[in-house]
Amino acid sequence: MLDTLILSRIQFAANISFHILFPTITIALAWIIVFFKLRYDQTNNPVWMRAYRFWVKIFALTFALGVVSGITMSFQFGTNWPGFMAQVGNIAGPLLGYEVLTAFFLEATFLGIMLFGINRVPSKVHTFSAFVVAIGTTLSAFWIIALNSWMQTPSGFEMRDGVAYPESWLAIIFNASFPYRLTHMLLASGLTAAFFVAGISAYRILKGDPKRAPRLALKTGLVLAAVLIPIQIFVGDLHGLNTFEHQPQKVAAMEGVWETERGAPLLLFAIPDGEEKTNHFEIAIPKMASLILTHELDGEVRGINEFPGDHPPVAPVFFAFRIMVGVGLLMLAVAWGGCYLLWRRKELPRWALKTLVGMTFAGWVATLAGWYVTEIGRQPWLVTGVLKTADAVTQLPPSHVGFSLTLYLIVYVILLYAYIHTLKVMALKSVKVEEFETQEPLAGGSLTNLPHSTQKSTKGDSQ
Amino acid sequence: MSEGATSAAYWLPVIFIGLMGLAVLVYAILDGYDLGVGILLPMGEEDEPQRDTMIASIGPFWDANETWLVLAVGLLLIAFPIAHNLVLMHLYIPAAIMLVGLIMRGVAFDFRAKAAVGHKLAWDRTFKAGSLTTSLSQGYMLGQYVMGFTPGWQAQLFSAVSALGVTAAYSYMGSAWLVLKTENELQARSVRWARRAGRATLLGVLSVSVINPLVNPTVFDRWFTYPLVMFVLLIPTLCFLAFIFNDVLLARMPKSNDRHSALPFTMVVIIFLMCFIGLAFSFFPDIVPGQLNIWQAASATASLKFILVGALIVIPVILAYTAFSYRVFRGKATELHYH
Repeated sequence: MLDTLILSRIQFAANISFHILFPTITIALAWIIVFFKLRYDQTNNPVWMRAYRFWVKIFALTFALGVVSGITMSFQFGTNWPGFMAQVGNIAGPLLGYEVLTAFFLEATFLGIMLFGINRVPSKVHTFSAFVVAIGTTLSAFWIIALNSWMQTPSGFEMRDGVAYPESWLAIIFNASFPYRLTHMLLASGLTAAFFVAGISAYRILKGDPKRAPRLALKTGLVLAAVLIPIQIFVGDLHGLNTFEHQPQKVAAMEGVWETERGAPLLLFAIPDGEEKTNHFEIAIPKMASLILTHELDGEVRGINEFPGDHPPVAPVFFAFRIMVGVGLLMLAVAWGGCYLLWRRKELPRWALKTLVGMTFAGWVATLAGWYVTEIGRQPWLVTGVLKTADAVTQLPPSHVGFSLTLYLIVYVILLYAYIHTLKVMALKSVKVEEFETQEPLAGGSLTNLPHSTQKSTKGDSQ
Repeated sequence: MSEGATSAAYWLPVIFIGLMGLAVLVYAILDGYDLGVGILLPMGEEDEPQRDTMIASIGPFWDANETWLVLAVGLLLIAFPIAHNLVLMHLYIPAAIMLVGLIMRGVAFDFRAKAAVGHKLAWDRTFKAGSLTTSLSQGYMLGQYVMGFTPGWQAQLFSAVSALGVTAAYSYMGSAWLVLKTENELQARSVRWARRAGRATLLGVLSVSVINPLVNPTVFDRWFTYPLVMFVLLIPTLCFLAFIFNDVLLARMPKSNDRHSALPFTMVVIIFLMCFIGLAFSFFPDIVPGQLNIWQAASATASLKFILVGALIVIPVILAYTAFSYRVFRGKATELHYH
């Protein structure tokens, strides 16, 4: 029988994993949409407006899923982790509060204007609304990453009677790992959105869409991915070095290093064994791990065994890290290969389009794997050195948590299916219908959420 | 501790319970109308155009409306973490059910417009069911809260009454919103809904008002102590008058030229305000009735100060751009066609 702790952990993991799928797309997609709108404002070329209208609808759907799954998160702390708020609530509370105050209302309200107001506000106000939504999504990431980073590398507080009290808010927000984690996450979002846009556009083209809008979107996505991926690899390396300094246990688990050693090899593959504290089936490049982490061939890498009872489980961190890096390298190959083909041939061959369709959700895989590395890698702590996960959990009976977990899992499976299915339906619909109105906005126009209202214009404008 | 710190320790929790109260009230009014619209959604095949209009009327707003719930829960979490823990531990199951309800209605909203046409009806049903689940569980939680989370069938019965009462109240709010935002046939239909929902709400408010002081002796003492009783009874009196006035008004609606179409909504807002003041008056300064007051539950003064600075700057801005959004989308949400 599973106990309340493990059930609560599974529930938190399920909730946050499901939730992060959507913000990961929307944080960067918001900026891509602003780009489409700005291009339209600049060039007056309706094709940008068409790209904008299509992607705004996808943005709205994705955003809605992010909002509702995020509401669940705000309840989780109190329902399942009362110890978290009791001990570090003085720090976590205000950071979460600032996220709600500065980001949530901003994005929610201006999203309304962005989605329904195209005929009601002047074009400039509309562009401004899209811009504000993008600011809101990024601000939201800022605050929540500040809190998560503080939990990883806490600073700027003092403990009195087992409760954390803030000393310096600047030190709390700009803690040691914050700049790396924020940049890493924003770039991850950029890559996720880039492959998402490229993948769905490739799907439209594969299904015979002759229009220019999906081709422009595909190019936007591919170029963005090709630019971001090397930066991401560089930043990821910096983030790893930062973790090496502040959370050596996590890096030891990522690299599968059990005993402290000089000139540690880089394991390409292995099966870590927590019982025997060793690896099986190692395939390794000698000295590479030391070189990457310390920039010296004989640099010292501290092993798991140096931290008895104070280290994460090795296998999940080890594998999640390899999945993240593997997907990252795949992204590099696909983005640069795709850009090269696009540059040489102007139109991607079918096999390349199919590859891009296959990569549509690659960002999800890499992002989730990365979060698993950092979150499982922090165990057994909830707040490093301050609060253990096991000490924060609720006293509720397991049956209660089991009930809510079952409920959430059922809902999440249904929603994930419905989401991907609906993306497909929207993409297919856009192949057949020229659905994007490009009239001048009119003051006092009507609301436009209805499916038929978007299909009226079939002027057959063959861009 | 210096004099200033003591008084900050006294005033900050009071300010924060005020802010939280504001967030709860605004949430009940705003999400109240869009949950109400969801509950009222007619499911007949011939009703599809009306469903479209009804949902379009809340389209630009629902997301921001729900954010007030996140703010209210967030303020509880930030300012009164112990109370947050206590309340949500008692309300674990109904809160989980409410969240599923909120999830279903939130996504149904977007899916209905974007999924294959054949699935639209299924998402409309999800929207209605999600709205109903949300308001029933919120009412149930309110009942549990008022009863101080005591076990026993009386508390369950009271919570059941409260669940129905809140659902009726949200329908009342939703129908009054539709009277304001729609025209012709749907408006006439909304007027009928509003009359019925209004009477059901009155019944709910009456039963809660009678049971609450009877089961909570402290609440009884607070309300019925001379000479305060002379003043505080103004609250239920005003509330009752608003019900009667609205019922009489709705009997004469819709009027020509759409006169007074905003009045029913205003009346329901007044009713919500009065009920809210009534509840607040019953329990202040307790944050968990009979168990915990705001000073016992408050978090560190330094944390409250830090967030207060932001709140005082940001909340007026939020109110300003919310007002801007309502201005942009003023007027009827009826027929949808391009100009």
